[in-house]
Amino acid sequence: MTSKREEQDLPEIVACPNGPLLVRGNVRIVTPDGEPLPRDRRTVALCRCGVSTLKPYCDGTHKAINFRTE
Amino acid sequence: MQANDDVVRSSTAPMIPPTPRGPASTTLFDVLLGHGSDPSALVDAVRAALAGTPDLLRDDDLQLTLFSLYELQYGGIEGVDDRWEWNPTLLTARAAIEERFEAELRAAVPTPELPAPSAEAVAQALFDLTSADGGPSVSRFVAKKATDEQLHEFLIQRSVYTLKEADPHSWAIPRLRGRAKAALVEIQSDEYGGGRPTRVHSAIFAGTMRGLGLDDRYGAYVDSVSALTLASLNMMSMFGLHRRLRGCIVGHLAAFEMTSSIPSRFYGNGFRRLGYGEDVTWYFDEHVEADAVHEQIAGRDLAGGLVESDPVLLADVMFGAAACLAVDGWAGEEVLDAWTAGTSSLRTTGSAQPAGSADSNGSATVRPAATQDAPSLVPEKHPLPA
Repeated sequence: MTSKREEQDLPEIVACPNGPLLVRGNVRIVTPDGEPLPRDRRTVALCRCGVSTLKPYCDGTHKAINFRTE
Repeated sequence: MQANDDVVRSSTAPMIPPTPRGPASTTLFDVLLGHGSDPSALVDAVRAALAGTPDLLRDDDLQLTLFSLYELQYGGIEGVDDRWEWNPTLLTARAAIEERFEAELRAAVPTPELPAPSAEAVAQALFDLTSADGGPSVSRFVAKKATDEQLHEFLIQRSVYTLKEADPHSWAIPRLRGRAKAALVEIQSDEYGGGRPTRVHSAIFAGTMRGLGLDDRYGAYVDSVSALTLASLNMMSMFGLHRRLRGCIVGHLAAFEMTSSIPSRFYGNGFRRLGYGEDVTWYFDEHVEADAVHEQIAGRDLAGGLVESDPVLLADVMFGAAACLAVDGWAGEEVLDAWTAGTSSLRTTGSAQPAGSADSNGSATVRPAATQDAPSLVPEKHPLPA
């Protein structure tokens, strides 16, 4: 059983309505070969609309194409 | 290491004193630089200027006065005693301008329709508001049409805020609690480089300026920007420095972040189109990715979190967002109007004329941009070692 403290240290992915997946916490983002992808900030947003020019990261373009998750 | 030296120098130097633009700012600098004026003369000069101005947002003299008074709270002004920051008479003059400034902003910018006071509804309302903003697009112009001289002007226009990017919103940190506070600190930590001084956004922007041969010292170009550009920053400082207005500064940041990532890509493309490299475009490239993260946190956790904990602030959150879009829209329109007319968007420097006056050519604020030898834009040798 995990303690409350350990539970709070778990990484977190926020599924943003009509937007990206916000990843917060200790997660490795890697290529299919396991090579680490550049990561310049602690919290990152992963594209889920498919049109970002910075994939796998979000560049805000989902707003321009009216991407909807619900 | 040279890069670090540059960062340290540019971040610690006080502002270069600007040229006064009328009686109030002339009196202010007489007081601040010890030229003999009694500080109470400033209160009189400000009251007289307020009584005479038809439009405070576009009043050069009063916006410069307010901007300079606020600068005492930020990095200070070269040659000015730091004790003026809390001088009650100067604060009285500042309060007189602020009272009218807030009233004019609230009159000019209608508060949008209010969503339900839940985090998700507030975030959605802010995204709707910012995506409906159909204002003129400086970013599209920069991407497709701007000349090299206009790119220089663009950086000069942006430098007044961006050389202290994020600072006005940081005033809100101790005024927030819980989810909203954690969200603001998460965003600001990224703005300030996550512990790495060379990645502080204002320092990256200073590098962009140096890449175009511009002077990155704070205040080097204040004389060149309009009252509206100063008003845009003054609005942030006012929202940030008054706890009462914490809803406004939070809404402002949310709108600012939500209108940044896509335009930043266009700005970067404009500089790439004219052959500039990564040292110059880094600032914009960084913001494409960073602000796509920040806008989610700012909408839901910061603005939404604040409203959930303090529902009475809902109207101010929405007003702050709308004010950001409106004032920055007007300032952008001013720049685009000049560019599409083939003139410079910069003020003629060194003018101490009162608002609305014109020189003998009938143009106090514009000059032809089509010439090859535009003197104020030919970059002077950068004063710091390269």
